Amino acid sequence: MRRIGTLAAWAMLALALVLTLFPFYWMVRTALTPAADLYADSGALFPSNPTLVNFQRILGLTTQEEARAAGGSGARIDFARYLLNSVVYSGLIATLQTFFCAMAGYAFARLRFPGREVVFGIVIAALMVPPIFTLLPNFVLVKNLDWVNTFAGMVAPSILMTPFAVFFLRQFFLSIPRDVEEAARLDGNGAWGVFWRIVLPMSRGPLITIGLTTTVWAWKDYLWPLLVGREEQTRVLTVALGVFLQQSPNTRPDWTGLMAGSTLSVLPVLILLIFLGRRLVQSLNFSGIK
Amino acid sequence: MRTMRTEERSQLAEPPNDAGAARRRRPRPRDDRRAAWLFLVPALAGFVIFYGYPTVRGVWYSLTDYNLLSDPTFVGGDNYAQIVRDPQFWHSLGVTGYYVVINIGSQMLLGLLLAALMHRLTRSVALRAMLLLPWLVPNVTVGLLWIWLLDADLGFVNHLLKALGLGTVGFFVSPDWAMPTIGLVNTWAYTGYTALLLYAGMLQIPPHLYESAALDGAGELRMFRSVTLPMLRPVLALVLVVSLIGSFQIFDTVAVAAGGRGASSAIRVIYYFIYQQAFQYFHMGYASAAALLLALILGVLTVVQLRLLRASRSDLA
Repeated sequence: MRRIGTLAAWAMLALALVLTLFPFYWMVRTALTPAADLYADSGALFPSNPTLVNFQRILGLTTQEEARAAGGSGARIDFARYLLNSVVYSGLIATLQTFFCAMAGYAFARLRFPGREVVFGIVIAALMVPPIFTLLPNFVLVKNLDWVNTFAGMVAPSILMTPFAVFFLRQFFLSIPRDVEEAARLDGNGAWGVFWRIVLPMSRGPLITIGLTTTVWAWKDYLWPLLVGREEQTRVLTVALGVFLQQSPNTRPDWTGLMAGSTLSVLPVLILLIFLGRRLVQSLNFSGIK
Repeated sequence: MRTMRTEERSQLAEPPNDAGAARRRRPRPRDDRRAAWLFLVPALAGFVIFYGYPTVRGVWYSLTDYNLLSDPTFVGGDNYAQIVRDPQFWHSLGVTGYYVVINIGSQMLLGLLLAALMHRLTRSVALRAMLLLPWLVPNVTVGLLWIWLLDADLGFVNHLLKALGLGTVGFFVSPDWAMPTIGLVNTWAYTGYTALLLYAGMLQIPPHLYESAALDGAGELRMFRSVTLPMLRPVLALVLVVSLIGSFQIFDTVAVAAGGRGASSAIRVIYYFIYQQAFQYFHMGYASAAALLLALILGVLTVVQLRLLRASRSDLA
């Protein structure tokens, strides 16, 4: 009886895993199918004539004629550029935001200055303002600065801080024993020296955690890049996929190309998961909720 | 009120040796004023320019007829008076509520089940990493994947339905199916993440409770009901509120499902309503008023979240 229960439990877990992973398999399967076989193969678990042409054509590695012959709409698409844009967008935001928030978090945790608690309270209060509310005026601001369709406009609202990252890192810095820092001070280090030489190296774990979550957040970001980075030179993958879907005919969407593009948007996070999965998985607990 | 809360929190997080350290420091009080402001310059600049200022601007826009082209003119509470009488606004709130109930209901139940299974069966990191994959993928990609899987003619799921002798369904196109479909698609995307958060909470439960329950002859279901659920309550409440806040802000999947045609009224959620008002009709003032009302709803939820955060810390930390 007990063994049957355990078996059933494992079966449910296996089912959950299959349901989680199968859509990704189907995505790759479709991306490897020639457009001509889309209909015939639509129920097949393996493509009859596997091909890389869908990746080649959305990465701009084929001529326009070849792309159209392989099922493309003929509209210019360059996923190599969008992929690069996405990497730059999330990389810039994750590194700079983490660094500046660490500086601020350290000041709020350890440096003594008048008004510290009040300023910190105001910053934390911003957690209560939903993104859509500040998004509208921020769009107006970026537009007035003529920063629409520039990387400056894309990353400006996110590179300097988010209230959550400041809060999260401050909480961590509070938990570091003071003695180490006091000793470094007595050795003649200033506030910056202590922060740079002692505190940052001690905080690698939380810094990577917040950097990773920020990377994932920026990688998934859609609405802001859609508003301020629609044009070719700043278009990120999420926006590109949306545009791709709209360009392809309603009656017969270019599914093989769309799934190749989707695969490109999954690959980098898959690599991230393979190399940093342990840290990412273990950092997920209720104190790290974003 | 607000500052009081932060002070309480900082006391909670302060390490126990702090009192001793403070006594030792007393003879040489330090003032890091200059260094501190230098440390804070980037973050505070970001805060003022992209959080503080736009918050004030947003409130101001909501009291004007701003349309992005001409300068805003003050119109008092007109936008609000109009919005409470706007059936489209209420409809989009209703649609959002419908989505939230389907999405959060299924996501919490499945997440809890998955977390409990993992907790009692395995500590495998690889398994958890695989379950997390959908959460790491952009919502736009998730939307595309499922529009293809659920395609009325060629979609894999409809092939399955046909094989089972059932009729095919236009999941994303039928007005009755569209919103539940989007809700369940996002359940697929977020259940693994929810499960991992709940699982982390379950790991905090002392194992001896399970041992003594087993000695008393309790089965797995009984243990789940009498040990796991009550001990998990604070974490469960917190995860629920955080998921609710996130769920209310559904936009990407709806935007992808809407394609170039614009969302049908069956899936026009509140974020999409605001987006259309602001960037298609350029009713910036009206959109800001709607965003402010949404902010109030989410603000209440956030206050609840912060309270729960404190409650869960003191219960389990």
